[in-house]
Amino acid sequence: MTSEFAVELRDVVKRFITPEGNELNAVDHVTMQIKNGEFFSMLGSSGCGKTTSLRMVAGFEWPTEGEVYIEGKAMGHTPPFQRKVNTVFQNYALFQHLTVYQNLAFGLEMEGAKEDEIKKRVGNALEMVQLTGMDRRKPKQLSGGQQQRVALARALIKTPDVLLLDEPLGALDLKLRKEMQLELKALQQQLGITFIYVTHDQEEALTMSDRIAVMSKGRVQQMGTPVEVYERPANKFVADFIGESNFLEGKVKSISKKEASVFIPALNAELAATPISEGIVKGEDVVISVRPEKVRVAEKGAMNQNMFRGKVTNTVYIGADTHVFVELQGAKLKVWEQNRISRLDPKSFYAVGQDVWLMLMPENSLVLKKE
Amino acid sequence: MLQRLRENKSAQGTLLALPTTVWLFVLLIIPLILTLVVSFGRRNPDGNVIYDFTLDNYIRLFGYSTDCPDGQASCFDPIYVNILGRSLSLAFNTTMFVIALAYPLAYFIARSHPRRRNMYLFMVLIPLWTNFVIRVYAWMMLLRKEGAINIIIGWVMNALNIPFAPLEMLYTPGAVLVGMVYEFLPFMILPIYTSLEKIDNSLYEAAADLGANPFKTLLRVTLPLSMPGVVAGTILVFIPVMGTFIVSDILGGRQVILVGNLIQRQFLDARDPTFGSAASLILMVMTLIVTYFYTRKFGFGEEIVVA
Repeated sequence: MTSEFAVELRDVVKRFITPEGNELNAVDHVTMQIKNGEFFSMLGSSGCGKTTSLRMVAGFEWPTEGEVYIEGKAMGHTPPFQRKVNTVFQNYALFQHLTVYQNLAFGLEMEGAKEDEIKKRVGNALEMVQLTGMDRRKPKQLSGGQQQRVALARALIKTPDVLLLDEPLGALDLKLRKEMQLELKALQQQLGITFIYVTHDQEEALTMSDRIAVMSKGRVQQMGTPVEVYERPANKFVADFIGESNFLEGKVKSISKKEASVFIPALNAELAATPISEGIVKGEDVVISVRPEKVRVAEKGAMNQNMFRGKVTNTVYIGADTHVFVELQGAKLKVWEQNRISRLDPKSFYAVGQDVWLMLMPENSLVLKKE
Repeated sequence: MLQRLRENKSAQGTLLALPTTVWLFVLLIIPLILTLVVSFGRRNPDGNVIYDFTLDNYIRLFGYSTDCPDGQASCFDPIYVNILGRSLSLAFNTTMFVIALAYPLAYFIARSHPRRRNMYLFMVLIPLWTNFVIRVYAWMMLLRKEGAINIIIGWVMNALNIPFAPLEMLYTPGAVLVGMVYEFLPFMILPIYTSLEKIDNSLYEAAADLGANPFKTLLRVTLPLSMPGVVAGTILVFIPVMGTFIVSDILGGRQVILVGNLIQRQFLDARDPTFGSAASLILMVMTLIVTYFYTRKFGFGEEIVVA
C-alpha cells in the first residue's frame, strides 16, 4: 500500500444535463479521504449523490471536475476494467446465463488465471460466503440472500484494494438484512479490505461503519464516526436525518465556546445549551436539537432553568420504549421512555392529559445552524 | 349454462382455443393430408391426379430419371437434387449475412437513447409498408445493366479514366442473395433488438468491473445473453427463404431456380400437382430437420417477435 488513503475524492463535481436541459450537479465539490482498511459509508436519501460518487470510484462515471485517487494514483479516465476495485451491485447484476461457479470464475478468467488456480479460489470464495455445493446452480435457482452472497463473493474473489457496495442489502427482508450487516462487518474486519458502502438506511450505516459521510444535494454534510454524527450532528439536516430529534427555534442571547443561551419564543424562556455548528454568532436565528431519548420526564418539578411544565397529549407503546408526546406551551416534544418495568398495569405510566415536567439538559440541547 | 361455464376453467380454455383449432384443422391439417395423398399419386396426360400409391415422384426428385441419353433405361439426373441443395445453401448464406448486418444495428439501437430507439425501430419497419414484389422490382432497377449501380460506377470509372464495361449483376445467384438479405433483414433486427434491450446495463458494468474489456464483454456477456433473439430471428428468416419464389423469380430469372420456383411451376406451368406436392413435402421435411437440429443446439428462441 503506497498511500495512506485507499480512496480519495478531491473537489469532485459531476454535472448532468436534466431532460429539461438544465445543468445539475449530482455531486457538488465533494472531498473525501477514505483510509486503508476502513469501513466507510456514504449515507443519504435518493438523489443525494452517494451512488454517483461510488460510480466515479468504480469508473462507471468520470468526474466533470476534480479527481478521484485510488491508492494515491489519479484515475482520470481509467476504465473500470483497469481499476483495482470491485463492486457489489444493488440488483447483484449476476450473469443469468452462467452458473454460480462460472460467475465467480469470470473475473479470474479475465486476469488469465490458470484452471486449477481458479478452481481453488472459487472453492475458497464459496466457502467464505457459505455457499459450498451451490456451484452448479444458476442464479435464478437461488434465494435473494444467496444471490447477494454470490455477488459479494464474485467481487471479493478478485482480492480488490477497495470493495464498493451499492445498497447491497436493499432487497433483503429486515431480519436477513440485520444478519448480513453483522456478517459483512465481520468479513471486512477479517479481510482487512477497505469497504465503501452506500446506503440510505441510517441504522445500517451506524451499525457497520467506522466512519460515515452524510450527504445531501450532492454535498457532504458531515463526515465522522457513528457516535460523532449522532451525538454531535453538524447541522439541522444531519440531526434530522440520523435518528429522530425535537427541534426548537430560537435566537442566540449569548454564546461562548462551551455554552450558549438561546431564547425560545415558543416556550417564552431562555435555554442553556451547547454550541455545535461552527460560526454561530450572538443574535443569530438557530435551532435547538434535543434527542427524544435524552429528555427527562418527571411528575414533580420546579420552575428551574431548562425545566418546563407540560401536558401529555398521547402515549404510544412500541415494545422496548413508550413514546410520550408532551405539549409545552407553544411547542410539542416527543420523549422516549424505556420500558424498564412492565407496563401491563396502565397506572405504571403517564396518562393522557396528565401534567408532567420535562428536563432538557444543557449538554443534550445542541445549538445548530438553521440550514 | 353460462353460470356453469363461469365456474369451469377447462371449458373456458376449450372455448377460447376452439376458433383457432378449427381454422388450423380446416386450413392446415386437411390440406397437408391432401398434399401427402396427392404426392403419392400419378398424373394423367390431361394434368389430373390419378389416386394411387407410388413413390415415383420422390424417386424422380432424388435423381432417378428414365429420360436418359444413350438409350439407357435409367440414370441419375441431379437437376432436382441441385435445386434442393441450392435452396438450402442460399437460405444458409442469407441467414448468415442477415445476422452479420442485423446484429450491429440492433446493438446500436438497443444502446441508443430510449427516446431515439422508437424512431430507429420505426425506420427499420418503413420498408415493410411497401409491397414485397415492388421492393424486389426496385432491386431489378438497381442491378440491371443500365441500372443505377452500373451508372454510378460508370461515372466514377470515367472520372478516373479507367475503361469500364457495365457489370452483369441481374439474374445471378448474387442478385438473389442481395434481394433475400434485403427482404428479410427486419425480421432479424427486431428479435435481436428485443433480447439486447432486455440486458440490464448493470451487467455490462459488472463485466467491466470484473476486468473484461469491451471485446470480452461482447463475447462473454452480450452475445450469450442475446442468443434467444438470434435463434428467433434465424427461424423467422431461414424458413421463409427456403420456400419463397418471388425474389429468385424476379432477380434470378431462369438462372436461379429454387424449390419454391420448382413447386410453383409444377402447379402452374407443368400442371403436375403430384410432383409439386412431393417437392412441397420434401421442402417441409428439410426445413423441419434443419430447424430441429438448430434449436436442439441453441435452444428455442425464447421470444419469437413477429413484426
